[in-house]
Amino acid sequence: MAISAEKIRDLIKKSFPQADIEIVDTAGDSNHYSAIITAQEFRGKSRVEQHKLVYKALEGAMDGSNGILHALALQTKIK
Amino acid sequence: MNEVVKTKIETIINDHDVVLFMKGTSKMPQCGFSSRVAGILNYLEVNFKDVNVLEDDEIRQGIKDFSDWPTIPQLYVKNAFIGGSDIITEMTMSGELDQLLKEKQVSFSQDAATKIREENS
Repeated sequence: MAISAEKIRDLIKKSFPQADIEIVDTAGDSNHYSAIITAQEFRGKSRVEQHKLVYKALEGAMDGSNGILHALALQTKIK
Repeated sequence: MNEVVKTKIETIINDHDVVLFMKGTSKMPQCGFSSRVAGILNYLEVNFKDVNVLEDDEIRQGIKDFSDWPTIPQLYVKNAFIGGSDIITEMTMSGELDQLLKEKQVSFSQDAATKIREENS
């Protein structure tokens, strides 16, 4: 299931409007991405909680057995 | 989630200090992400229980619900969910994983942990 970097960015933006979002299509195949998200919403949260927030934002688009969430390398930082 | 599966998972993470739910086994990982985390633990000489989710469909789905985490691998240390491959990689490189293992009194090689950072920096 291919998804564009723009689509991922839009989905993340919806949940984190003020965040800095950097997305790289690591293999150039629209299937493997690396995302670095810097957001205020992460403050006071553990890394697991931060990642869960991002996964929630991407819910439906990338999860499930045909999803590509597995192919999203995620890094979260506090703004 | 199904109580039987929940109990099964709870028993595994209670019985072992360090558990990696992964695709494949510690010696024969069948996915790059699982391979990476198993590789880190092996390199650090951490004694861990590998649970191959490919051999048990109930656990494969069950562990995702149990941890509220959508992907495999998943690392548990002393009953606590620590993270997936991105988090474990980041924690290895930052030294937070050493700190955690120390705090939780899990035996590992400090020399190897230092070396892994030197070689990947």
